[in-house]
Amino acid sequence: MPTEVRSTAGPLLPPKAIGPAPIADIDAVFMSMFDGQRDRLYSSALRLTGRQADAEDLTAETFLRAYRSLCSFDYERLDTLQPRAWLSAILVNEWRNQRRTASRRPATVSSAAVGAPEPADPDAGVEERAEGSDDRRELAGMLLELPERQRVAVVLRYVVDLPIAQIAEVMGCPSGTVKSHISRGLDRLRPIGGPAVGRGPAAEGGPR
Amino acid sequence: MTDDDDRPVAGALSRMVERAPAHLMDRIAAQWAYVEGPVEDVYVAFTPDGISSVVPASTVSGAEVFAAEFSRRFGRPLFRAARPPAGVEQALRSGRATGLRFDLHDLTPFEQAVLAATLQIPPGELRPYAWVAGQIDRPRAVRAVGTALGNNPIPVLIPCHRVIRSDGNVGQYGFGQEMKRRLLDGEGVDVDLVEAMVRGGAHFVGDASTRVVCMPTCHRIRATADGDRQAFASLDEARRSGFRPCADCRPVGR
Repeated sequence: MPTEVRSTAGPLLPPKAIGPAPIADIDAVFMSMFDGQRDRLYSSALRLTGRQADAEDLTAETFLRAYRSLCSFDYERLDTLQPRAWLSAILVNEWRNQRRTASRRPATVSSAAVGAPEPADPDAGVEERAEGSDDRRELAGMLLELPERQRVAVVLRYVVDLPIAQIAEVMGCPSGTVKSHISRGLDRLRPIGGPAVGRGPAAEGGPR
Repeated sequence: MTDDDDRPVAGALSRMVERAPAHLMDRIAAQWAYVEGPVEDVYVAFTPDGISSVVPASTVSGAEVFAAEFSRRFGRPLFRAARPPAGVEQALRSGRATGLRFDLHDLTPFEQAVLAATLQIPPGELRPYAWVAGQIDRPRAVRAVGTALGNNPIPVLIPCHRVIRSDGNVGQYGFGQEMKRRLLDGEGVDVDLVEAMVRGGAHFVGDASTRVVCMPTCHRIRATADGDRQAFASLDEARRSGFRPCADCRPVGR
């Protein structure tokens, strides 16, 4: 970028600082966000939805929405962005919207059926293998049975690793409320490896 | 920090991080490739769902401009592909793109129907806007067909340049009438001759030996001997003379 020489003194904004940032810069910011956050975001989507195909849809939709927002951001907004909290907020909103839509149309199949064909192998067995151990599978199943707000609070706190204050912003409620959602949520998740095992893979599906 | 963070179940939850699927970015970004064509080279953008955008290379000043315009219009990042989607080069050369996959998710059902009908027009042939409207059972929506074709995100491959006005005039084109004429010229269409024919009242042409009536540029009627050709101003007139519509060009209209 050539340096501009002006005879007048005084503050000069670089020309790039006005209006939306150029696409090349948006793409660079987006790619670094994608690389830094994709595993965390996908993991939280998996814990919220309980299905790999749904989690993949939700994560892809979240990043697409994020990209569309970034396109209208200027440099100041880009500089002050906190990607983890921002993306989590988009993901949670999108998940809630999908649930609302799905509950209004109970007869339809999963959102994966709308539009794109499923590229991934939707084999149920894959899911179980990926969970690694029985304990993890059971914990994942119990998470799916938590009420919506407890599930969101617990996932944002421990899977995304967001501080309470940022969870409060994402959920639009006071920090104290977030803490009590987390506490009550954890109470309902039975101790791992405890005697009360034996629900088997039935818990995997969870309430929809 | 809260006391809850020290609970064993909290620790177990924080270890439940899975790796995102390797193909996740394919669901988000599109890819582009530069493809040489017989008349116009084009930039092609595509996703795993199919081709989503084509822009004649001569209408943008370079790949970066194409990519930036694509990203703003479609709201997706766009990266350079290792190679174009299968079949695109062949489709540009042959003028037949019916075997390609197109991603038309962003369009309305009406726009999708218009483009699907347009895709069926063979190279070297022309159809009026009213023909497209008739094919999709919206015979009165001629003007809306023109608008939908004007918004065609996949020009050249979806051959909106083969759609002309009912009076034989070559009509509008998003990239200018000159390119429309050049594309048609490249397919061997004599635009001026067709216009003169239609102006002279030949909206449909029949084969007197087979008693089949066609659109004037249908490949079947072009193969007919000059002496057997019979011009009609309307389809009704042809029917009254005992002609039946060609199954290839499916003539519709006045």
